[in-house]
Amino acid sequence: MAKKVLAVDDSKTMREMVSFTLKSAGYDVVEAEDGQVALKTLDGGRVDVVITDLNMPNLNGFGLIRALRANPAHKFTPILMLTTEGDSGKKEEGKAAGATGWIVKPFNPDKLVEVVKKVCPGAL
Amino acid sequence: MADNFDKTRAIDKAEAEQKARQFLTFTVDHEEYGVDIMTVREIKGWTETTRLPNAPEFMRGVMNLRGLIIPIFDMRTRLHLGMTEATAKHVVIILAVGERNIGILVDAVSDILDVSADQIKPAPTVDTQVDAGFISGLISLESRMVVLLAVEHLFDMQHIEKAIAEAA
Amino acid sequence: MTDLDQFRQTYITECLELLDEMEERLLALNVDAPDNEELNAIFRCAHSIKGGSGAFGFDFITNFTHALEALLDSLREGKVLPTREVVDVLLKATDIVAQMVDAASDGGRPQDNFGAEIKALLEKFANGADAPCVPVAAEPIEASEGERQWRIDFTPHQTLFSTGNEPLLILRELGRLGAMEVSAVTSRVPPIDGLDATACFIGWSLRLRTAAPLSAIREAFEFVEDYCDLKIIDTQAAGSPSPPHWGERGWGEGGCGESKQTFNFPPHPAPLPPRGGRGSPNDLGGTKNLPKKGESSVAEVQAARVGQTTSIRVDLEKVDRLVNMVGELVITEAMLHAQTRGFAVEKFAGLLRGIDELAQHTRELQEAVMSVRMQPVKSVFARMPRIVRDIAEQLGKNIRLEMEGENTEVDKTVIEQLADPLTHMIRNSCDHGIEMPEERGDRGKPAQGVIVLSAYHRGGRIMIEVRDDGAGIDRARVLAKAREKGLVPAEVAPSDEEIDNIVFMAGFSTAEQVTNVSGRGVGMDVVKRNIESLGGTVRVTNEPGRGSVFTVSLPLTLAILDGMIVRVGAEHYIIPITNILETLRPKADEVRHVEGHSDVINVRGEFVSVIYLHRTFNIQDAERDPSKALVVLVESNRHKIGLVVDELIGQQQVVIKSLEANADPVKGVSGATILGDGRVSLILEVNELDQIGEGKSENLSRELAA
Repeated sequence: MAKKVLAVDDSKTMREMVSFTLKSAGYDVVEAEDGQVALKTLDGGRVDVVITDLNMPNLNGFGLIRALRANPAHKFTPILMLTTEGDSGKKEEGKAAGATGWIVKPFNPDKLVEVVKKVCPGAL
Repeated sequence: MADNFDKTRAIDKAEAEQKARQFLTFTVDHEEYGVDIMTVREIKGWTETTRLPNAPEFMRGVMNLRGLIIPIFDMRTRLHLGMTEATAKHVVIILAVGERNIGILVDAVSDILDVSADQIKPAPTVDTQVDAGFISGLISLESRMVVLLAVEHLFDMQHIEKAIAEAA
Repeated sequence: MTDLDQFRQTYITECLELLDEMEERLLALNVDAPDNEELNAIFRCAHSIKGGSGAFGFDFITNFTHALEALLDSLREGKVLPTREVVDVLLKATDIVAQMVDAASDGGRPQDNFGAEIKALLEKFANGADAPCVPVAAEPIEASEGERQWRIDFTPHQTLFSTGNEPLLILRELGRLGAMEVSAVTSRVPPIDGLDATACFIGWSLRLRTAAPLSAIREAFEFVEDYCDLKIIDTQAAGSPSPPHWGERGWGEGGCGESKQTFNFPPHPAPLPPRGGRGSPNDLGGTKNLPKKGESSVAEVQAARVGQTTSIRVDLEKVDRLVNMVGELVITEAMLHAQTRGFAVEKFAGLLRGIDELAQHTRELQEAVMSVRMQPVKSVFARMPRIVRDIAEQLGKNIRLEMEGENTEVDKTVIEQLADPLTHMIRNSCDHGIEMPEERGDRGKPAQGVIVLSAYHRGGRIMIEVRDDGAGIDRARVLAKAREKGLVPAEVAPSDEEIDNIVFMAGFSTAEQVTNVSGRGVGMDVVKRNIESLGGTVRVTNEPGRGSVFTVSLPLTLAILDGMIVRVGAEHYIIPITNILETLRPKADEVRHVEGHSDVINVRGEFVSVIYLHRTFNIQDAERDPSKALVVLVESNRHKIGLVVDELIGQQQVVIKSLEANADPVKGVSGATILGDGRVSLILEVNELDQIGEGKSENLSRELAA
């Protein structure tokens, strides 16, 4: 069974790019446009990886990460955050919130797949 | 040409009036003296000072001003009018002189004067009671005359030594 | 001051700190088994210095640190080994950068080819590796050098799983790089009933043979490097398999913040220190036997990082203002307390309780504020390893420096004054104390001499000890030299202790040939004078042939003084306790008036000049007859003098205030303090008092003559 990825970003372009890239690599992808929608989408269900932007309306990335970590069902789920180069403060804050790793924007498709594989190898 | 000249003078005068300065005045032995209010840090009642060795006569010693040690000078002595018999009613004016803070012991604070530059007369070249070096000017109002003090010269070492020499 | 100026100042201060850190880490670096975290930390220092230099237009710093950074990059990539020669060049490079920063801070710039020689060496050692401009973000340019064998110790923190990371995936990723052997380290796994299934207790020890660069290995750990202890060691590049060198630093020995650090400085060529039973690379299973201390490096770096974020820089002036205000608060509180003393408790219960609490809080506040000025002596101690290293090198001696109690705190003002005397004492021990290795061998001592530098608190003072296991003071030679120099007359036969103390006499130097090290015309006499000017003492304990100990005792702060409050008439004065020898009331016939001189008193056969403080300070209502008053015997620079006072009020610690901030300096007075009643009291400068005293006594003679 293919691994399921939740992609959270308020930018439609970004969501679609993540979604397209990962689907091509054999993952299942669901999308959400902010943290609140993501939590609603997840409600009760499971995903294998969460990829989230940090700066989003309603519930931002840090809030989402904290909310997921507080839920036993998602306590150990790999969460990757999208950060920009050089923003080490955000990276540290994200790590403190419980993020597993990070993807530096702008990313190229190969790099995205490589990082996702790092925490969730997909169908081996 | 003449028009221009008049106009310049008019502007000068207006500027001078705008540049009105404020002086804090105080009395020592019934005479009135003034210091530029910008140099005044604080006014407080007299408290006993701690004397320093080998200090000139007009140096009353040092006082504690919220943790800072401030030297206190007796204006009366400095003006060669004897020594102030200081009581709690006497006043110490704390002044900022350059980098330092000093206090001067006076009889009482009397007024704050708004004075425009042209009301200030130059200091007389000869004066019997006061060595002219520390007078920066005179203000005469209806019935009173205020001696403006050049605080920066009042207690600097050269003047102090001169004063000691004169006293001797 | 423009904004940029302000940042420039910050940059310069930061640079100096980074250079200190670099130097300290370089000195602590184990050249046989360099710790990669250490190399990374050193690299980061250079990188930060370079980063800021560009922003402020210090192109000369940029150019030089670029070469420095390139070599450091090669080091952490494992392309170059941090041999002693390399470390030497790196240390010299930090000196160059320090001088450049110094020049920059004055708005100047060094000569164009300044440091060119060192720069060339840096480039040579970097092996022509063409490091990119921003090496941190850059992929290493990897010429295939064939396979290397790595040893990787990976010990996840228990919390690793809660970040969503999975060690298994990391091991798989590593496995793709080459041939790998894995053994699990299960020593941390608790018994089953104490096992938390969500915590990670297992560690792994790996042997990996790969042609991939170090950066590829590190990348596998990218997401977890903050959540694990990680050691990656190139076991082949050293030529022969070299065991990891654990425990070169020991932490947490002794309680309450005590630490102990050891630096080994063998001379060129370095004899390998014996190292047995430490575990070898072929003994991977032995990981579980490794001492706990060895895990320090990652944790230590993290601790240092945390330390940075929890401290701020404050202008000392602001702290002083705080200290002043708190001092005033204490006085106000004392006054309130005195005012309410007669109040009935039943009537004013709330008020009285409030005043009691105020008293307690004020005291705590005062202590807290004073402690803000306190700093660990570490900042001064940290310079010493370099000094020992350089001297050992220069003299061909083998010296180990051990430091204890670096976290002992002392007031900032004392720290600033401590560096010079301490440096000189250390130099002295290296130069005159520790013998040459052959000589030590002849005496049956290990070739490596040991100097122990330690600090501790005792009785409200800080004690600093420099102990060595060298030759000690050769009393016969010292005495001969002192006689030759006319310091000790031929007919006098000093005791052993007196001979030992000759080393503190001005104009004495025993070095048979003037060395580059301590023969600079600066002797231990200067150390003694410096220490004494800080209100301290220095003494020496000597065991000829076995070593000597120099012990410095200093007040914890120069802002506070142990004083004796004395009364003269209605006035109170403070005499520093360190000056006071004894207090006595002479009999009438022990006071003599000497014509043309001050009065003298007979103290057990010795005639001591007396100074009447009431005359010095012109006080009318004081006791004039020494046999009815008290004489405080004090020691000044030149001799003993007796101060005539009415009464001793008591001993008290007083806060020293500067008179000179607002008034001209006064002879005989070193400062002032504010006593409990809010009045100012003068602190007497005994050495000068004696000069005023002579003047006064002349007046006295004249009066008497008239």
